[in-house]
Parts: sequence; C-alpha cells; structure tokens
Amino acid sequence: MTRQPKTLQMLPEVALSTLRKGDQAIVAGIRDNLESLGDEVHSTLAQRLLELGFIPGEPIEVVGSIWPGADPMAVRLGRSLFALRQREAAAVLVTRSRANGHER
Amino acid sequence: MSAEAAAAELRLALVGVPNCGKTALFNRLTGSHQKVANYAGVTVERKEGRFTGASGRRYRILDLPGAYSLTPTSLDEAITRDAVLGRLAGEPPPEVVVCVLDATNLRLNLRLVLELRALGLPLVVALNMSDVARARGYSLDAGALQAELGLPVVETVAVAAGGAHALVEELERQQQPAARGALTYRDPTTAEVVETQREARRILGVIGYREPARQRALVWLDAVVLHPVAGLAVLAALLFAVFQAVFSWAALPMELIDAGVSRTGEWLLAVLPEGPLRSLLVDGVIAGAGSVLVFLPQILFLFLFILALEESGYLPRAAYLLDRVMGGVGLSGRAFIPLLSSFACAVPGIMATRTIPNIRDRMATILIAPLMTCSARLPVYALLISAFIPMRAVGPFNLQGLVLFTLYFAGVISALAVAAVLKRTALKASYHPLLLELPEYHWPNLRNLAIGLWERARIFLRRVGTIILALMVVLWFLSSYPAAPAGADMPAIYYSFAGLIGRGLEVVLAPIGFNWQISIALVPGLAAREVAVGALGTVYSLSAADDTAVSTLGPLIADSWSLATALALLAWYVFAPQCLATLAVVKRETASWRYPLAMAAYLFGLAYAAAFVTYRVALALGG
Repeated sequence: MTRQPKTLQMLPEVALSTLRKGDQAIVAGIRDNLESLGDEVHSTLAQRLLELGFIPGEPIEVVGSIWPGADPMAVRLGRSLFALRQREAAAVLVTRSRANGHER
Repeated sequence: MSAEAAAAELRLALVGVPNCGKTALFNRLTGSHQKVANYAGVTVERKEGRFTGASGRRYRILDLPGAYSLTPTSLDEAITRDAVLGRLAGEPPPEVVVCVLDATNLRLNLRLVLELRALGLPLVVALNMSDVARARGYSLDAGALQAELGLPVVETVAVAAGGAHALVEELERQQQPAARGALTYRDPTTAEVVETQREARRILGVIGYREPARQRALVWLDAVVLHPVAGLAVLAALLFAVFQAVFSWAALPMELIDAGVSRTGEWLLAVLPEGPLRSLLVDGVIAGAGSVLVFLPQILFLFLFILALEESGYLPRAAYLLDRVMGGVGLSGRAFIPLLSSFACAVPGIMATRTIPNIRDRMATILIAPLMTCSARLPVYALLISAFIPMRAVGPFNLQGLVLFTLYFAGVISALAVAAVLKRTALKASYHPLLLELPEYHWPNLRNLAIGLWERARIFLRRVGTIILALMVVLWFLSSYPAAPAGADMPAIYYSFAGLIGRGLEVVLAPIGFNWQISIALVPGLAAREVAVGALGTVYSLSAADDTAVSTLGPLIADSWSLATALALLAWYVFAPQCLATLAVVKRETASWRYPLAMAAYLFGLAYAAAFVTYRVALALGG
C-alpha cells in the first residue's frame, strides 16, 4: 500500500551524503551496508562507521566539502573529524536539525 | 642473562586508536632504546623498545600499529589484533596490554578499551594528553573512570619529561602473569558494536566527562585549511616553502658531505699504493656511496617537514583536499604523502606507501613513485640545462627555470596518466572507502621529531650501506675491467664491460639521438641517476674527482651534442628507469619480482618513447 503519510514527519531521514557544508544533523542509523573494507579483512563499512561513533542519536555537522558534489566531505562527530566520500556518507542516515542558509 | 633475570622481564603491548599519542608515549618510555624491523612476512613496521622500572624489573614493549577496532580494515589493524591475541607466528603474546586513550577524545577512544577488556587480558589504561585536556577545560576524572571500568587507569603526558611516571608505577604493581596460549576471539555483530558504544557513552556520562567547545582559532583554521580553494592555496604555499627550505638549507651540509667524501678519496689515493684495491675503494666504495650519501641532508630536511606536518595533524587534511584529484586517476588521497616523499628520493617514498590499506592502490602508488622528480635527477638536469638552454627572460620568468619546472611537471602529469592506466587495467580494484580521520591540531614535539628523524636516517643509511654499496662495487667492476689495452686512444671505460654494454646499447639508443658516450654513462648511472654526470666526465676524459668537472663538461657537451640530443636526454631522465636502489626496494616491499620488473619495463618504454618523440620533433624543428 502506497500512500503519502497524512502528517509529514517533523524530521525526515535523509542520507548524510545529501547534506552540505554547515548542515547539522542527528545520526538516525546506518544502512546495513555489507561492502567489504579491505583485502585480508572482513570488516564492513557499516561496522566501521559504528565503531567510529556514527551511532543513532549522535549529533554531527558537515564542516567542509570539496566541490562539486561534496565528495569527499568533512564531518564533525563530537571531538572527531572524519573525511567521508559520497559513497560512505550515503550509508549514514540522519535527521537534519538545522540547515545552514540553503534549502535543498 | 640468567634465567631469573629473563623471567623478571614483562612483555607489554601498546594499543590505541590512531593519533592517540601512542608512539609519543612509546618514545617517552623507551627513549632511544628502540628497534625497528618488520613483522615476519609482512611490511608492517614492528617497533619494540625496552626500559627498566625502579624495582629493577625489565620491560619489553611493543608499539602496535594504531587500530580503531579489533575487527581490522587494514593490514596494520590485523597485525594489532593478532599480536594482542597472540596469533602472530614467532611473537609471544603480551603479558600486559597498555591501552592508550586520547583524553581529549574519549568518545572515540573508550570503545576499544571495552573491547580489550572483554578479552580478559591484564589491561592498564593510560589517559594520554591529560595535560592538554585539562588546559582546554575538559572535566576528567581518572579515579571515576577507574572505578567504572574496573581497570587501573593512570594519567600520562607523553610529551613531558616524567609524563609516563604514573604508568611505570602502575606497571611495577602488575603481577607476572602465567604463560597463556592464543586467545579466541569472535568478531562482534553490528548490534554488539552499538551496544559497546552505548556502554562507553554511559560510562562517560557517569564519570561526568565533558568536552568544552572547540577553540575558536582551531575552528577558523579548519574553515581555511579544509576549504576547497583556500585550502589548496595553503597547501601549495606550504609545499613551495618546504621545497625552498629543503633545497636552500640542505645546500651547505651537502657541500660538506661532498667535500668530506672527496677528501677521503684523496687521502686514500695518497696513502694506498696504486692498484685495484685503491681503485675499488676510491672509485667504487667512496665515490659510489658518497654520491648517494650526499642526498641525506635533503632527505632529512624533507622528512623533518613531513614529520612536523604529520604530527601537527595537517597531512591527513592535505590527503582530504587531494582525494578528489587523485581519485580521478583511481588513487586514494592517502597516496599524497608517499608521493611527496618521492620528490627527495623514491626509496623512502615507496616505504611510506605502507599506510595505504588497499593493496592495489598501494602497488599503483609504488609503481608511479619513481616518476616524481627525485633529487638525484637534479645534477643531470642542471648540467644539461646550463649547457643547452640559454639564460633568457621569458616574460617574468627565466627560460632555464621554466625548463626545469616543465621537467618536474612532466613527471607529475605522467605519474597521474600511468596511475589512470594502471587502475583501469592491471590494478583495477573494487571500491575502497576513504574514511579518514582528520585529527585535532597539535604543536609538533621536538623530541618526537628527533626520534622520528633518527629512525628514517638509520633506515636510509642501512640501505646505502647494504644494497646500494653492493651495487656500486659491481658497477665499479664493470666500469674498470677489462683494462684498456696499451696505446689505447679512447678513455679506459670504453674498453670495459660497461663500455661494451654501452656500445651495445648505442645501437638501441641511436634512434633517440644518444651517442656512445651517453650510452656508456647510462650504465654506471644505474646505481644512482646523478652518477651519470660523473660517468660522462670519465668518458670525456675528465677527472671525475675534479670539482670543476661539471663546469668543464658543460661547454664540452654543448659543442659535441645537438640540442635535439640534449632535449632527448632530458626527456629520458623524466622517466629515468635506471635506479637499482629503487628497484631493490620495490622488490623488498612487494616481496615479488613482478612489480620491480614491471616497473623497469614500463619506465624504459616510456623513457624511450619520450626521448624518441622529443628527438624527432626537435630535429624536425631544426634543433
């Protein structure tokens, strides 16, 4: 059954990759991305993102991005700053808490 | 050592996430009592050190590679996991693990402690950078953390004298545990990872850990440094300043080394009787090793800057800025640091590729490293440019300078092109995420810089002392035997094996404009590229030891070579395949003959093609 929800969610989940510099958001979850991270290893992208602290409820902020397309982007998570390419950022679901000056 | 004393030695392992100050703490504990080698069979650096406690108990400590987790994503992390678990062949398991935490970023660091705690090993927690944390206004309670974790927690300040005092005291209290075998370990599920993270955050809440707002200046600095335009401008300015400093500051020590080498040669000439031994020592060992040793100052200065930039937290930011550009040819931003080192010498550059987690990315980076114009090419460039390129103003620039810049630029462009081809063909890899941490800025610590620099110098000198020296002796033999027949009218090298090879090469090299003199000079140039300059002097019957050789050689070749030949030789040297030291290091780092052979083949091919095109075009234009 496909129908639009009657009331729009206050904070829709979007991929971190759609945010731009200055945007702040709360991590909602990690897509169960089973992409392997290495050659002789079995860690997955999802697991590493969780290990680095991208767990639901954590506030994040995009503090920098390389043009065009924010690839890679620099994401602040607490006291850490991580460089993520679009592909990694797409695995992180967030709810935006503040957009900085521009609507998308 | 008696059995009792051996038993009284405690084996420690330092574990921590990257950038937690683990290596600084290792330096603090062990000072210069360090041994750097490789783990058996892999090219991961194994750093071990020793120190003695106040009780006289001896400690042997292993500085394991930084790891975010026991579920590895790189070879480094796999080594750390296996070392902790006692799975590494020939590596006894640590008796006590010291987990180093960056006190200014416990949110990232604490999970690893919980993971290690679950293994049930004797574990000590070092709250490192506790001074920075205090100064920046963190609320930090080591006692509360100790109570929550149920583990001994000590504060350390790795960069201050006596900063590891509390840690050593705690280690003195640790019992000598009974011998144990390898531990069993199961990778956690993602749900379990989240659970551990929640537990870490619960603990941080209970102990009242608070992070202050980040300093304004640092926020501002990142806004500039990470900006796609301003950041690149900062990077370019920084690189320019570094190269200026490397070349100008290194000039004096290089002259001194050069003078020392020729003084030693002259002294041996005076002391030893004429004969093969004297020739071997003076022309082979002293001249050969000296011509490589002379680059040590440049390499050290470049490394000093690279180490300082690394410690300051800037280099990962440069990798972030360049990831897009390098991603365009299929490389990772992480390839930036090895390639930067290769401007001094490809040998340390290739060794620095160890930080690239993806094996195919790493191989591609190794293969293009020799295309960065290393400092050994400079004497060749300098000779040819001063002999053939007029000193003329071209707009605001100088023609000679422009040619030199073009040669550097040609190297970088061809490196990118070769990488693009490699990554689309032989080294095609599945996608590998960037996920790079950009650590907080720190002032570089002089003591750590000095220890890091000493380590690099030692590694480089060991190379000079072994591979390169051996090659030099072989090349000396090839250039000296057989001796010239009586009444010969050609220089002695003409009649030697090197001369024979060179004259044979001339058949192949004539189409690209090289005469037999150049062909012969390229043979000893296999040892180190700039040796070709001295060899040209020998071929043209100048004394190679003569300081004025270059200034005399310039006009001589300007008379006897065409401009097309000179330009073709410059083009050849952009690719300059003949550096045996580089090939030997590639063999060592890749543990196979495949990559050094592939490298030599493609470099020869490109050098020949570039010289051919240059020669023919120059001839057609009337050069």
